[in-house]
Amino acid sequence: MPTLRLTVDGVARKVEIDSRTSLLDALRERLEVTAPKKGCDHGQCGSCTVLLDGRRSLSCLALAVAHEGADVVTASGLGSMDEPHPVQQAFLDHDGYQCGYCTPGQVCSVVGMLEEAAQGHPSHVTSDLDPEALIDLSNDEIRERMSGNLCRCGAYAGILDAVRQVHAEAGNGTGGAR
Amino acid sequence: MIARPIETRAVGAHHDRVDGPLKVTGHARYAVEHGPDEGVSEHLTAWLVGAPVAKGRVLRVDATQALATAGVVSVVDHESARRLDDTGEQGDGELAILQDDRIHYRGQIVAIVLAESAEAAREGARLVHVQVEAGDHVADLDSEEAELYAPEEVNAGHETDWSDGDVDAARAGATVVVEGDYSIPYEHNNPLEPHAATAHWDGEVLTMWDSTQAVHAVASTLAPMLGLEVEQVRVRAPYVGGGFGSKGLPHSPEVAAALAAMAVPGRWVRLAVTRQQMFAMTGYRSQSRSRIRLAAEPDGRLLAIEHDAVAPSAAVKEFVEQTATISRMMYAAPARRTTHRAAALDINVSSWMRAPGEMPGTFATEVAMDELAVACDVDPIDLRLRNEPATDPETGNPWNDRRLVECLEQGAERFGWSGRSPEPRTTTDGDWLVGTGVAAATYPTLWMPGNGARIESRTGGRYAVGIGAVDIGTGARTVLQQIAADALDVPVSAIDLAIGDTSLPAATVAGGSSGTGSWGTAIVQTAQQFRADHGPEPAPGLHTQTTTESYPDMAGHALHSFGAVFAEVRVDRWTGEVRVSRLHGTYSVGRIVNPMTARSQLLGGLLMGLSAALHEEGVRDPRFGHVVTQDLATYHVAAHADVPPDLDARWLEESDTLSTPFGGRGIGEIAIVGTAAAIANAAWHATGVRVRDLPVTADAFL
Ligand code: FES
Ligand code: FES
Repeated sequence: MPTLRLTVDGVARKVEIDSRTSLLDALRERLEVTAPKKGCDHGQCGSCTVLLDGRRSLSCLALAVAHEGADVVTASGLGSMDEPHPVQQAFLDHDGYQCGYCTPGQVCSVVGMLEEAAQGHPSHVTSDLDPEALIDLSNDEIRERMSGNLCRCGAYAGILDAVRQVHAEAGNGTGGAR
Repeated sequence: MIARPIETRAVGAHHDRVDGPLKVTGHARYAVEHGPDEGVSEHLTAWLVGAPVAKGRVLRVDATQALATAGVVSVVDHESARRLDDTGEQGDGELAILQDDRIHYRGQIVAIVLAESAEAAREGARLVHVQVEAGDHVADLDSEEAELYAPEEVNAGHETDWSDGDVDAARAGATVVVEGDYSIPYEHNNPLEPHAATAHWDGEVLTMWDSTQAVHAVASTLAPMLGLEVEQVRVRAPYVGGGFGSKGLPHSPEVAAALAAMAVPGRWVRLAVTRQQMFAMTGYRSQSRSRIRLAAEPDGRLLAIEHDAVAPSAAVKEFVEQTATISRMMYAAPARRTTHRAAALDINVSSWMRAPGEMPGTFATEVAMDELAVACDVDPIDLRLRNEPATDPETGNPWNDRRLVECLEQGAERFGWSGRSPEPRTTTDGDWLVGTGVAAATYPTLWMPGNGARIESRTGGRYAVGIGAVDIGTGARTVLQQIAADALDVPVSAIDLAIGDTSLPAATVAGGSSGTGSWGTAIVQTAQQFRADHGPEPAPGLHTQTTTESYPDMAGHALHSFGAVFAEVRVDRWTGEVRVSRLHGTYSVGRIVNPMTARSQLLGGLLMGLSAALHEEGVRDPRFGHVVTQDLATYHVAAHADVPPDLDARWLEESDTLSTPFGGRGIGEIAIVGTAAAIANAAWHATGVRVRDLPVTADAFL
């Protein structure tokens, strides 16, 4: 079995994997890192979202063997119970969750999404595609950019408010920064 | 002792979710996330194999290739599985898996593969060859072989047929008759955490972490089936990733988890149902059809309501939603007649999904009321005001406090209803046709007896409160602490609450909007008994445990919640695209225990109603018998971009101590009730096209 080296939430880890193992299963089944959730196992729900080398990524669609040496950050690595990440604090402030199953993925997705917007990546609803133009992170933009993360509890209103809060705190579109 | 009403201080006030930090940092542990630090090491992964046909017999489960696969440990089939002692009162065909060779529906569990890794288990499952003799199945309600019958009763013990007054005479004498057929497709709960369990059998005790809405019900269902005493089954559910009814009753994967663990004594087994398998194995809302006939005076006053509901039911286990019961109590028509008919099909087993009965029934009746308003040229709100019953039309009992009128009036005020044109297709915004609609909502107060609670005094003025309730995301863990604090007259911070474990006093299901009321009453009753036993300043280590028998004034009053839903819908005149731009709910649900968690729950219900209105449709292919839209791409549930820009839930300030000692009724279901009707009514107002079948999709407007 191949051995994979990963940095997970800041800690160097080695894990024996099968060539079929998804990054999600490497984390959940082999490393007992269960912050990323398995809601569908094939890229349709977003609950497995992690930051993979700094970008939000669906870990159920990533084959672990293809990510030797990668840096993986899950919701547990973004903040702790005592010192939550600003995005996590905003979710608490606005009740952006109920059952909590989609939440670690939502949190990672928000962090990655704010960074994408800061870098000027357009979305489906961006009207000005000039690469130099700043993204105006309107509610429509946030809703669109967060639509890969399903929440069956329907906590979207709180999630939107949480993103707005973080975005406002960070000022002028650099919301991803800690 | 029966609980007495309490003075509320913490109840009604904001209180942070006590499990929030665990959830947002990913440390809350769901059913298959318990690891070595909790004693779960070297676990096996179980993978379920479903029947490849809708009816027939298993000739042989050929596991040769699977067992030759590296990592596969065992394949359990109908020949090798442990024999179940008892399969429930009438023989529960849903749960009695792997006991014989009969196939009742496509996707029924016919084998369990156990392997050292998830990859090996999945590969092994692919290599299990299930040889079958296929029989002729019927999976279509419209098939000639689908025969309708009257079930003995419908869900929640309601009467199948019920009538009051002379409907035929009333209709014959009526000036206005509105008639229509309304339908709901198959809908699937799809909690984001798939049904899953971690199980272990040591020869004496079966230990499970299960994704369930009712730990005690899982134990008391599984124990007799497995030939065990209920004490020999320990079930825990500290965190559950949603349920919406589908985890309310045990389903076959829970039996599979138990059988798998018992096949490998001493080893831990993790079993997670795949998203696709959930569409076959874990319950769903049945498709249903309602024929409605409303007879009225020219001014809209109802003379008669007829509501005939038809739905398929699994041949292997009957479940029939109480779709027509809404018409027994909602409006003041002197004559009402309601029936339920079912057809037993070779399909998987339907079950509870958020507001079973009220949700589909209200879609039908509230769209029909909108049609009546048009027929009588009466404002839809006035129509409902004209049909307000002074007492409960079903029982004749006085209402606890029926405040539908206030919900409608306050909702209308906030929404800006007045001045709305009665004509459809009168408002446009660019290419959008814009319309507004309203619907009423109701949900009964379901209060479950038999809930126990245990309270123990600790040092420093703290109290341990234990009850086997489950928090599936509702906020139960938080609101029960608030209730306990008020009942004991101490600060919320003095309460150490334990839930979600069969080692705690028995609790009923987190379902039917009954949890907070039923569990909260048990806590109040126990707290009051504790004070009677041990006084206001007890020494540490004293405890009291009680179980509820009764509280609410069910016999004396008709106990219901009410609400009004307002929607603004936009339909693109060229593409038919339907968007909900505004969605408001106003509710009378008794005292709100925690405004933050309550708002989230009500908004979540409104969104699930929107999702049913516009998106959700399980499509069963009658040739094969299964739902083919078995994933989250082909079965779309509302995503973030589907949320209306103006989404709002409010409630009336009130307290209902006839229902519970803290004055609150349940809120989990009511916000899905009526929502799809309000949206369909608004779509009519936008376009002039009346849609009577959910979901409301673009093709209706082209
Ligand atoms: S589990 Fe990866 S997207 Fe659903
Ligand atoms: S909080 Fe339950 S699915 Fe999002």
